[in-house]
Amino acid sequence: MNGLSSVFNLLAYLAAAVFVLGFLSKVVLYFKTPSPLKIPVTPAPTTSIGVVLRLIPEILFFRSLLKGGTTEKILWLGGWVFHVSFLLIVLRHLRFFTYPVPDFVMSIQQIGIWAGLVFPIALLILIVRRFTNERLAIITLFADYFVLVLITAIGATGLMLKYITRTNLVDVKAFILGLVTFSPTQMPDSTMFLIHFSLILVLLVYFPFSKLMHAWGVLISPTRVQVDNPREIRHVNPWA
Amino acid sequence: MADFEVPELTGEIIIPKVSPGASRHIQQFKAKPELMEELKFSAEKGSDWKEKFLLAMEDILKKYKSVRVFLDICVRCGSCADKCHYFIATGDPRNMPVYRQELMRSVYRKYFTPAGKLIGGLASAKELDDDLLDEWFTYFYQCSECRRCSVFCPYGIDTAEITMAAREIMARIGVASKYNYEIVNKAMTLGNNLGMIPVALESTWEFVEEEIEEKLEEVGITGVGVKLPVDVEGADVLLVTPSADFFAEPHIYSLEGYAKVFHQAGISWTLSTHASEGGNFGMFIGNYDHMRTINKRIWDAARDLKVKKVVAGECGHAWRAMYSFSNTLNGPFDFLKEKSPQHICELTLDLIKKGALKLDKSANDEFTVTFHDSCNVARATTIGGTPGDQFTIPREIINACCNKYVEMDPETCGEKTFCCGGGGGVLTDEVIEIRVKGAMPRMQMYSKIKESHGANFFALICAICKAQFTKVFPYYGYEMAEVGGVHQLISNALVMGAKEEV
Ligand code: SF4
Ligand code: SF4
Ligand code: SF4
Repeated sequence: MNGLSSVFNLLAYLAAAVFVLGFLSKVVLYFKTPSPLKIPVTPAPTTSIGVVLRLIPEILFFRSLLKGGTTEKILWLGGWVFHVSFLLIVLRHLRFFTYPVPDFVMSIQQIGIWAGLVFPIALLILIVRRFTNERLAIITLFADYFVLVLITAIGATGLMLKYITRTNLVDVKAFILGLVTFSPTQMPDSTMFLIHFSLILVLLVYFPFSKLMHAWGVLISPTRVQVDNPREIRHVNPWA
Repeated sequence: MADFEVPELTGEIIIPKVSPGASRHIQQFKAKPELMEELKFSAEKGSDWKEKFLLAMEDILKKYKSVRVFLDICVRCGSCADKCHYFIATGDPRNMPVYRQELMRSVYRKYFTPAGKLIGGLASAKELDDDLLDEWFTYFYQCSECRRCSVFCPYGIDTAEITMAAREIMARIGVASKYNYEIVNKAMTLGNNLGMIPVALESTWEFVEEEIEEKLEEVGITGVGVKLPVDVEGADVLLVTPSADFFAEPHIYSLEGYAKVFHQAGISWTLSTHASEGGNFGMFIGNYDHMRTINKRIWDAARDLKVKKVVAGECGHAWRAMYSFSNTLNGPFDFLKEKSPQHICELTLDLIKKGALKLDKSANDEFTVTFHDSCNVARATTIGGTPGDQFTIPREIINACCNKYVEMDPETCGEKTFCCGGGGGVLTDEVIEIRVKGAMPRMQMYSKIKESHGANFFALICAICKAQFTKVFPYYGYEMAEVGGVHQLISNALVMGAKEEV
């Protein structure tokens, strides 16, 4: 294993550790921070099952966005296509992480490829709306462009790897499998791969310290996950 | 009439162009040091205000999951940006909910996140300074805590939570709104927001009894003897209403309505001189302890008077404080025999359904009624037992006592209802400009239904809504008298006297 490979193997573990520990520490922090009062935004479900039923369409279909006007419909389209294709792409990548490759990963290969193609279009919508809409232009911060550009770059280098600077997939797989089985091996000999891979590490490290934590937040937001039964069951404030 | 431009009524709600600083000049008066001291806050902004500010913020971040999570997870998607009535009316970007939150978030980044500490401006972190504090004071008092923004947010981020936290942080360094903290003080010391002492209350209630009697006599009904019982031990029901119901118009007509309902249904009930206020401004200022102290009077009175249940009068935020918070603050209520608190609309509709009230709809024939969903009832509580009952129950009551009911644009009703513009501690005259403007989206919808269906009665179940709209209607060229309570309509239609025919 050459020096570069050693460095990247190490960086990969570091990034993974930051991601996992960072994410978990946020999860624990949120878990430990109490909700003194009942604050569900109503009409809200009166049972826990109801809460699950409330969350499912929020998570799968971004339901609240659909309550808005045209601006939100465009956002919905861009955002939903973005998230779904991102998920498909990640699932497709599982073939690099597994041996033998599970059937379901094989079965989504084709749709994963299509996802890779619509992905940039969705990102484009998400980026362009940020400077063409007057309100969005005001609220958008550097960090918002940063993460969009970062993900675009990951997607672009990924597409290049697939369609332009073709890389030896056997090497890629060996490298990734080496990482996940804790028996590090040689990096594939490809600059494009190196860039693609590095950007992903940046994303992993960035994730827990950024707004990307909405991925967890959507599951625990007190206004959405609380049961509306304050008269029936006394909600106890732990600090009062 | 006004030294600002009152929005024109076109029947349409149009999202304005952004106009930075458009409502920057509208500020509430600041509370005096003595008042802040009395309420156990810092008397005034000292030289060490920044440390105190950050300590307060840290404390809140530890105590409120909502604030902590909301500050972290907003993706600035902008879905909430044009949903706030104050933004729609002023175009001031600071009134876009996400950008209002940004006032706190930028400070949060600077002092509570690694990126903000490391790279500051690049991470959009902001240093605390007098300017920023002044912006906080302006715009966190231009939020009525109505939660409309939360409905459209993919994560349910509720700017009201941020606003409450911000007001509490500012109070701890001695920077606060005179109006809100004076009311809190009155409620804590005298037991109601108006600062009325027990004798004054009693004479007011006597006056209301006489009014009811006189009005009945005018239509030839005598000797009904509707009473407003005071501090009656052993009554079944303790009624707690916003104190505005005792003297303000049109609030008082709903009070007459409650009294008549109890009388006709033969329910033994009482008012309390100790718990003479349903409203709770402790909620608006985000101060847990004051909110609890104010709320406690209700349950002390209920215990002392040995009632079976507590019923709440028409008030949005009061209902929130009672329904959502009081069980946590001062519960459990196992000393009561029946589920409490109950909303007066729950009680009245129940009685109507049981046939205990005889209503003559024609008494309201001069009115074409429409109903404004008060945001605290709509988005922070329910009335009844099933989600959404808070929308159907008041409408059912209206339809039971009126022949002509029309609905405003459904896109602005139910959970999407617009705030009146005066809630959440904004109901003070020095900010009349933001109040008049903030009412604009609702006024557009009312003007539309007026135009198309001749609506002429704007029915409400919230004391602040009533006070706000009676003030604001004339600015838009409408009569104050068009504003009224749901129980005012009941009062008009309720057939008093012997009940054989029921
Ligand atoms: S809708 Fe929610 S996530 Fe989007 S900008 Fe507003 S607060 Fe942030
Ligand atoms: S809570 Fe209401 S007033 Fe406050 S920002 Fe949200 S929409 Fe505006
Ligand atoms: S006064 Fe009425 S409309 Fe305004 S905030 Fe309160 S409940 Fe909402």
